[in-house]
Amino acid sequence: METFVFFYFASIIVVTAGLVVALKNPVYSALALLVMFFHVAGLFVTLHAEFLAIIQILVYAGAILVLYLFVVMLLNLKREEHFHSQFIVGLFLGCVLFGEAVLLVMKGEATLGSNRAASAAPTELTQGNTESIGELLFSTYLFPFEVASLILLVAMVGAVILTKKGILEVKS
Amino acid sequence: MDVPVSYYVVLSGIVFSIGLVGVLIRRNIIIILLSVELMLNATNINFVAFSSYLGNLSGQVFVFFALTVAAAEVAVGLAIIIALYRHSASINIDDFRLLKW
Repeated sequence: METFVFFYFASIIVVTAGLVVALKNPVYSALALLVMFFHVAGLFVTLHAEFLAIIQILVYAGAILVLYLFVVMLLNLKREEHFHSQFIVGLFLGCVLFGEAVLLVMKGEATLGSNRAASAAPTELTQGNTESIGELLFSTYLFPFEVASLILLVAMVGAVILTKKGILEVKS
Repeated sequence: MDVPVSYYVVLSGIVFSIGLVGVLIRRNIIIILLSVELMLNATNINFVAFSSYLGNLSGQVFVFFALTVAAAEVAVGLAIIIALYRHSASINIDDFRLLKW
């Protein structure tokens, strides 16, 4: 049953990821990406990462994708008729990289199994997923958490500076 | 967990490769940013799969940080796209060769 669920999510993810790259209309690409985000969230639920599944939907589908669609509508884009001239090279490079990844997975599977045996005794889930992540975030990863907030602040200031008319012109 | 972790790794490899090909073959800057999102999602799948496999929640915390970086990247990236469009009324990557020798 679990295998079936995994293959359902995996096939939809791969197909919609292909559509994002292949479709000519940017709006359709963004909508295909939306379907993919939802299925990735489903995959997270099967992996017992419920908090991340919700965050995935809220942040990616709710905020990031809406921003993309907003810009696509704002710029009133035309359809793109041709791919880049380096189409063949890009496709070849992608196939080579994927082959390499598969090769590494095949080679690494044996060592992965022994690692699992060494670090057995999976953590007991006495509390919910969200509580566990929160505790980890505010104890072990407190400093990276603060750095993340700084990154968001920098991004916010940068976006305002880049898009507001007149700020850069005054300087030059 | 019934599904072996290598399945997840191969899935994320496929998605990452699709994203890479998208960055290389498309000429619309917005689609290129969408492809970068694909690649970030591929790494997220990997992080969560290994976190569940090894029984360690640190992987999920790192997905949280990757999400933060993705949000920041989108905000700045789209701001740059709008500035570029204002400058030359185009978002075709071939039109911007100012730094090309």
